[in-house]
Amino acid sequence: MYAANFLVLAAALFCFGVFGVIARKNAVMVLMSIELILNSVNLNLVAFALMNSVAIDGHVFALFVIAIAAAEVGVGLAMVLMIYRNRRTIALDELSEMKG
Amino acid sequence: MLFAAETAELGHSAGWFLEQAYLIPLIPAIAFFIIIFVGKRLPWGGSEVGLISMVSSLVIAVGAAMQWIDRVNAGHGEEIEPVIRQWTWWQSGLVEFGVGQHIDGLAIMALVLVTFISTLVQLYSTEYVKGDRRYTHFFASLTLFSAGMLAMVLAPNMVQLILGWEIMGLCSFLLIGHWWEERANSEAALKAFWTVRVGDMGLLIGTAMLLGIFGTLDIKGINAAAAAGEFDSQRTLMLAAIALFIACIGKSGQFPLHTWLPDAMAGPTPVSSLLHSSTMVVAGVFLVARLYPVFHVGLEINAVGQSFNLIALIGGITILVAAALAFVQNDIKKVLAYSTVSQLGYMMMGLGVGAWTGAVFHIFTHAFFKCCLFLCAGSISHTASHHSFDMKKDMGGIWKKMPITFGAWMISTAALAGIPFTAGFFSKDEIIDSAKHNDYTIFYFVGIIGAFMTAAYMTRATYLTFFGQPRGAAAHFMGVEDHSAHHAGDVHAIDDHDDHGHDDHEIAHGRPFPFAPFDSGWRITAPLIVLGVLAVGAGYLNAPALDIHWFEHQTESSIGLPFAEHEEEVTEEAAAVTELAAGADGTVAAEDSGDEEHAAEEGGEHADPIYSVPEPPKFSWSAAAPGLILVALGGLISLGLSLAVFGKRKNPFSMFVGLTERNKVAGGIHNFLVNKLYLDHLYENIIVRWVAHPLSRAAYWVNQNVIDTTVDGVGKAGKNTGDWVYRNIDQRVVDGAVNASGVAASESGHALQPIQSGKVNQYGALLFGAAAVAAIVLIITNV
Amino acid sequence: MTAPTYADNWILIVGTFLPLVGVAIMMFVPAAEQALHKQIAIVTSGATLAVGIYTLIKFDYNNSAAQQFAVNEEWISVIKSGFTIGLDGISLPLYFLSMCVTFLVVIYTYDNMPDAGNPKSFLSLMLVLQVGMAGSFIAQDLILFFVFFEVVLLPMYFMIGVWGGEQRQYASLKFFLYTMFGSALMLVAFLALFFQAGGESFSFAYLYEMGASIDKDVQIWLFAGMFIGFAVKVPMFPFHTWLPDAHTQAPTQGSVILAAILLKLGTYGFVRIAIPMLPQGALAWAPVIGILAVIGIIYGALGCLAQTDMKRLIAFSSVAHMGFVMLGISTLTPLGINAALFGMVAHGLITGMLFFIAGSVKHRYHTLEIKRLRGMLIQMPKMGWILGFCAMASLGLPGLAGFWGEFPAILATYQPGFGLSEPLYRTLMVIAALGTVLAAGYLLWLYQRTAMGEPNPEFMSHTDHGHGGHAAHSLSAAANQHDDHDDHDDHGADIEDVTLLEWVSWTPFLAAIVVFGVYPQLMFKLMDPAVTQLVNHVGAGLP
Repeated sequence: MYAANFLVLAAALFCFGVFGVIARKNAVMVLMSIELILNSVNLNLVAFALMNSVAIDGHVFALFVIAIAAAEVGVGLAMVLMIYRNRRTIALDELSEMKG
Repeated sequence: MLFAAETAELGHSAGWFLEQAYLIPLIPAIAFFIIIFVGKRLPWGGSEVGLISMVSSLVIAVGAAMQWIDRVNAGHGEEIEPVIRQWTWWQSGLVEFGVGQHIDGLAIMALVLVTFISTLVQLYSTEYVKGDRRYTHFFASLTLFSAGMLAMVLAPNMVQLILGWEIMGLCSFLLIGHWWEERANSEAALKAFWTVRVGDMGLLIGTAMLLGIFGTLDIKGINAAAAAGEFDSQRTLMLAAIALFIACIGKSGQFPLHTWLPDAMAGPTPVSSLLHSSTMVVAGVFLVARLYPVFHVGLEINAVGQSFNLIALIGGITILVAAALAFVQNDIKKVLAYSTVSQLGYMMMGLGVGAWTGAVFHIFTHAFFKCCLFLCAGSISHTASHHSFDMKKDMGGIWKKMPITFGAWMISTAALAGIPFTAGFFSKDEIIDSAKHNDYTIFYFVGIIGAFMTAAYMTRATYLTFFGQPRGAAAHFMGVEDHSAHHAGDVHAIDDHDDHGHDDHEIAHGRPFPFAPFDSGWRITAPLIVLGVLAVGAGYLNAPALDIHWFEHQTESSIGLPFAEHEEEVTEEAAAVTELAAGADGTVAAEDSGDEEHAAEEGGEHADPIYSVPEPPKFSWSAAAPGLILVALGGLISLGLSLAVFGKRKNPFSMFVGLTERNKVAGGIHNFLVNKLYLDHLYENIIVRWVAHPLSRAAYWVNQNVIDTTVDGVGKAGKNTGDWVYRNIDQRVVDGAVNASGVAASESGHALQPIQSGKVNQYGALLFGAAAVAAIVLIITNV
Repeated sequence: MTAPTYADNWILIVGTFLPLVGVAIMMFVPAAEQALHKQIAIVTSGATLAVGIYTLIKFDYNNSAAQQFAVNEEWISVIKSGFTIGLDGISLPLYFLSMCVTFLVVIYTYDNMPDAGNPKSFLSLMLVLQVGMAGSFIAQDLILFFVFFEVVLLPMYFMIGVWGGEQRQYASLKFFLYTMFGSALMLVAFLALFFQAGGESFSFAYLYEMGASIDKDVQIWLFAGMFIGFAVKVPMFPFHTWLPDAHTQAPTQGSVILAAILLKLGTYGFVRIAIPMLPQGALAWAPVIGILAVIGIIYGALGCLAQTDMKRLIAFSSVAHMGFVMLGISTLTPLGINAALFGMVAHGLITGMLFFIAGSVKHRYHTLEIKRLRGMLIQMPKMGWILGFCAMASLGLPGLAGFWGEFPAILATYQPGFGLSEPLYRTLMVIAALGTVLAAGYLLWLYQRTAMGEPNPEFMSHTDHGHGGHAAHSLSAAANQHDDHDDHDDHGADIEDVTLLEWVSWTPFLAAIVVFGVYPQLMFKLMDPAVTQLVNHVGAGLP
């Protein structure tokens, strides 16, 4: 059981997630990408926790992350729904209102 | 501190008036507030309050004078202690100042003088400024003015002295600018205040130095310490004396700060008379007399071999310059103004040559006759010449109609010129005599030449004012006898002075026609008569010619320095000590003369006293003769010239003038005579050319173009510098730096603005990009 | 230092925080009730002043060097800062002055509300401002002092920014930023001082005791931080540029409070905090302060000569006058510091009064261009005389309050304390004396141009205009013209003389200028023991 396997998988997932956040215009897709990122981190946490069998910090922390991610997706999707109702679009680049 | 004890100690010995002398300035000061707040509602517009306050002060001052005389007579032969009372005014750490009184012979003299003259001037003013729009304000200022002078005169310390000094400055501003609707008047007021203020810088600095040198600001303490040589450095004391003297130059109108005085004639005439006789301008002289030990020791007056010093020099220059300027004036008040400046020069010179008594006595006598002269000028302008002061345009030939004014004028002029047995003779002669006696030979000549010039310009002014053909307004005035009293009313109507016109009309009707005198009302003439009498009488308080030394006896304790018992011996002794010191300690003597002198003083420390002033010289007619001859000459020549030039009369002088003119001017005697015959305005040129063409013209030119321009220039330069500094440094550099930091913040904000696009993706990209970079950096640094 | 007395310790708390009660009441009153708001503000500030007067009565004048009515309670114990307050001879005059000024300014506001209206917020801010000012003078703890010091800032920012003149935004921002900049450095210096002194307590008494033992070099740096903080507030050259803008743009009330009290926070900080806590730093910085003060005197005067706007001129004169105050402080002698403290109060009264006049002139003529103002003495003689009176007081006429700030400062400069360079200080003295001449120049020049002469026809009704021409010829005609003016009052109604309410709010100022001028011992007696003790303390802290 090599740590590298977990880390490579996690890194790949992280990169997909980052790509999604940066490149996708659809807000739902961005939220999903964020989930990917979070889960890649979870993977790392659990993997390292396995390596160090005494401590259970990593597992606990991963659980926390999952709980918070759930909450975040809940709020995020609700916002996306409201934005869709008001604007009839969920393309992120059309939502900019700042006069930058 | 020690004041309470001092008061208690003196409690039984001094009389009530001496003890309560602090009331003398306090009463007018309170009267000032009464006039300001309720004056307008009183029947005489507040003037009664002013008059009553001045009379009460006069009563107290006279009472104090009587008790002082008793005190001097009682304490025969001993040092007469001044009556000092102080109440703490403020204290700060170890420095404590009081407010109170310091009464000695000098203060008593000035108190009586100021209250007396102020009373007369206020009485005069009730007639003179009647109907003025700011009648109440006028009396308020006049009263406060006297209060200021009185407070200064009996000041026990420098702080109270400055208080009185500056209050006078303020009141002179108010009074000179009394008719401020006209710009010229307000500018004259501004100029007076400002010029004096420039001098006051010296007063502030000098006072600070005195505190530093002697550790006290009490006049008694300062004088005692200076006289006893209790100071560290002669040089510092000299600088302090010079600083204080600068203040006196400004206040007493000495050269080169005298330019404000003639302009100050813009004020009402009673103001001029008060200002020029007993208050304001003599304050500077008074200060020198008051702190005489400081000046005497600081400037080493009467030191062996000293032929001139700063005070005598400034005084001497002032005498000549002002007298020369007096020749070229057409305005009678300006002649008198320059004459005051010149007489103040005498006082300063007197103090500068060690003739303390003579100088102080000259303050005393000068006040009477100069006040009288100004009031005469006011009387003429009030009654005869319709508020004009132009001798050549609006006066002439009025002696017949104004006998009282004329009489008072003549007596005062005689006193001013120093005709024997008038007050001016006794005081001025003592100054001139002392200059010679104390080896200030140059100033002896300055003195007698000044006397000559005084006689000459006063004769000219007298001739122009009272004799010859009536001109302008005076002609109208004289015309009254030909037509009727109605004419006077017409004249006034023309000039639109309805307030005065009404008054004169009454007088005109009330007088028997046609040959009765037509003088001013009693409130104007009464002060003239009193002052005229005193212009002669005051001199007999101290007439060396008659061996009367009463005044000297009363005031000698105020000098602060003892008289040298035998002048020759002391001189020799001092010289011997100097040699001794030089022999004993060559290095000290080699350093510079000031140190040498100081070493001499210290060497003679055991000999009591260290510093002293010379005894006034014994009077002798032979010593006074050259001066008297010059005075007589001046009067006669000037009279002859006046007759010849102005009165168009042939006399020996017309030939004399003609000859001189012919020799000087390429034109010839005919040409000159023709000019003399029909051109009034050439009068000035002839006199000027004959007497002092180069001197007076140059002086006037310097006066107008150099000094005046410098004063203006300093003001303008100040303004321009201010403008420049404000525009270039304040607004550009200093403010620019402040603004630049704001602009920099704003610009950098603009530059970074595009980053804040509001696009989530972009933010994400930045975030992750930054994280990646950070990660790489972390890896590199850890590997 | 003399032990504090804890008797009657409610007085200061009530006196300081009472205005907040008024603010709370005003919160619940609708903004439309304008008159009611004004009345509440007057009653509140009046009550505060009453407490202030009670303070004056209860104050033990024989023990004025001690902190009286002291309170020492826990406040923020985490950072070792306590609620320590007290009042001694140095702070009492300023504390009381702030109460008087606020009360009189509130009264003045009753008739002269600035154009932007909304008395509710305006007066609430003013009352909050009063809390900050009074608090700064009683605080005996650095953090407490800093809090009060900063509380002052915001209300003044809004006063200028909302109720000010045309460039109010610029001016208020400049004021705020500049002062914040100073405060930031000052706070850093406070904290560093706290740690250097041992970090036991922020109370003044502790820091007085421990501050002197800090290393000389450290003291110099700490003093530098405080110097900038306080110098901006004073303001000293070259940190003064916010002042003319703030004064010119501020509403009259703001200018008066700014001149009378706010500037004093800076000088008070020097006397109360910077100098006694850091004696060696003070000694090292004293010549710099002295030189900058004298530059300020001359520079302010030159600036005044260049001004065309009356209010801006008065603002610049503040720079010059505060220069005298700082010069006095820089001598580190009892005489100089006494003079400085007196000068602070005197300047507050006189310049505050001048700003009142400027405000009233602006109200009547709608301009402060000196060129356009003329003949004020004819159009409104009383106002003209008051202006003259204040100009005279401001140029340091003996017998009026201004003199006792300048003259002793000059005296003290001849002999600075603790071995400061005499030649330097004597030079400064001469230049400072020159400043008094310039002061006379610009003030009288201002007076001549605005008050004397014939009124500008622009501001006269038609009837008066006809008389203006020949009025110059004679006095009597001028008098007639005056009568005419009264007869045709309907035309000249906009130019009225001093109103009743103005008299009410001004008379105390004018009376105080005379009273303190005639009998300065009233204040010197109060301050002197405290100042002497302070200077002795500084002397003890020097090696």
